Amino acid sequence: MSDLEKRNDDHENEHVYDGGSAVVPSDKIEDPGLEPHRPRLTDTDPKAAARAEKQVAGLFAVSIIGAIIAVWGYVAFPITGEDLVNTRYNALWVGVGMALSLLGLGFGAVHWAKTLMPDHELTEDRHQSRSEPETRAKAVEILNMAGDESGLSRRKLIRRTMFGALAVLPIPAVVLFGDLGPAGVGDKMRVTMWDRGVRLTRDPSGVPIKASEVTLGSVFHVIPDGLNDLYHKLDEKAKAAVLLVRVNPGVLNEPEDRKGWSYDGIVAYSKICTHVGCPVALYEQHTHHLLCPCHQSTFDLADNCKVIFGPAARPLPQLPISVDEEGYLIAQSDFTEPVGPSYWEM
Amino acid sequence: MAEKKSIRRKPWATSLVILLGLILSGGGYAVATTTVQNETSSAELVEEGRKLFLANCATCHGMNSEGTEAGPSLIGVGAASVDFQVGTGRMPGQASGVQLRKKPIQFTDEQIAAMAVYVASLAPGPAIPDEKYLDNTGDANHGSMLFRINCAMCHNAVGAGGALTEGKFAPGLEGVTEKHIYEAMVTGPQNMPVFSDANLTPEDKEDIITYLKYVEENDSVGGFELGSIGPVAEGLFIWIFGFGFIIAITVWLTSRAN
Repeated sequence: MSDLEKRNDDHENEHVYDGGSAVVPSDKIEDPGLEPHRPRLTDTDPKAAARAEKQVAGLFAVSIIGAIIAVWGYVAFPITGEDLVNTRYNALWVGVGMALSLLGLGFGAVHWAKTLMPDHELTEDRHQSRSEPETRAKAVEILNMAGDESGLSRRKLIRRTMFGALAVLPIPAVVLFGDLGPAGVGDKMRVTMWDRGVRLTRDPSGVPIKASEVTLGSVFHVIPDGLNDLYHKLDEKAKAAVLLVRVNPGVLNEPEDRKGWSYDGIVAYSKICTHVGCPVALYEQHTHHLLCPCHQSTFDLADNCKVIFGPAARPLPQLPISVDEEGYLIAQSDFTEPVGPSYWEM
Repeated sequence: MAEKKSIRRKPWATSLVILLGLILSGGGYAVATTTVQNETSSAELVEEGRKLFLANCATCHGMNSEGTEAGPSLIGVGAASVDFQVGTGRMPGQASGVQLRKKPIQFTDEQIAAMAVYVASLAPGPAIPDEKYLDNTGDANHGSMLFRINCAMCHNAVGAGGALTEGKFAPGLEGVTEKHIYEAMVTGPQNMPVFSDANLTPEDKEDIITYLKYVEENDSVGGFELGSIGPVAEGLFIWIFGFGFIIAITVWLTSRAN
């Protein structure tokens, strides 16, 4: 007789445990016992059983039809690239067909089990989760024996090197994840493609913009010259995207140190929200509001893109601009502060 | 030869020649006079437009279109601006507010044209677009890219419209005529910025309009649009119907058959 069987035998003898210091209320609620077995309609009424049988068969039939619909949808709406709209009907009918075939099968099986399969009620009593004292003593014995036999307490060299190895184990993780921190980022978050003399060009064509082309009230979506030639151009675009707007120079409220950053009412601001980095491009011509669609941060373009509403913590960085001798708009330098979401040093 | 001679000698031949001569000279005269009439009528049109302007617009825009506190100056806004604002019923405005809405159009096409000609005569400005840019024969693919870069942030990726600050909104573009979309781009009505021909060329604008009309006329590739307004409608749908369905199944699965 194995240990397990012995324990089961013991269990049937209803072992009495010491309640310890637990308070046992004298008027505890009586165990109401089990509900009497209630026969189902399908057990008593053969008509109901026949109906349930038909329902199950019907659900399985739905499953078959669903499989046929899926195949039909795939064949009837081939995705050839000529008509994009076929993608919709292909996906729709394949999806509906497969859903019907899986759900039909599943619902049928559950309905079958619930109505027609035997409904014996089985009871399994709870038992103490604490093991028998003998088992517990045996476990302690095994652990002690393992300790002795492995020689962990006697062989100090092994013990120390093992603890040493365990202590060193997390170091690669610390080094690897350390590069996610500020030390590993370097100046990537502070430097963009913009630099002295880089032309402002149209997104996506990359055609340079003349100052004379930016009429009053115009908005240009701008990328730096040369961006389209880069292999990882989206990485750079994510930092360098700029919104170019011309307003009446009279409405601009420029601080002394930014007086030379605009050109005849043309101002350029980073398009990356300082909250979590969505593109802020909802510009209102007359209120000069720039709205971020993600969390409704609102910036006043006429007032250095100061935050006037929403969760953003600092103004959008301004790109100092000028014109070259051919009349094209150029950057005076990179942004003077990091673009995009504010982080711990900001 | 003999037959030809006989035709020339037929009694009706003379009448035919006279008739041809009359048609030619009369037609020519008619063409000449119509040209003259057109010139006079454009001056008349300006005058008619001015009268309509004084009666309907001058209260807010000033007697000489110089603008007042209630309305901006119309000098240099161009015919396109008038055609858009009046042609979509936004003007004349009924009440001041953050944004004027589309309303039933208040004037006939002729009256709108007259006012447009009058305002255009004040100073040069964007003209009513050439028909050739409005026939939806552009490159919808290129238009879609330009739309996503320049327009989608306010008007939504498929032109369903969206909210702006303080109660303003970018209207949905479905059902807006090609001409009015073009005019909105060149004039920048209300708080919309201007997209001049130097920014988006007339061909670019045609591509954008072609894209918008493609989206309008074709079913969405991605499935049911649910208003095309994105995560709000889609989230609501999945929370109510998706999770509702799962909860219903769970309840059914664990209930006893009766």
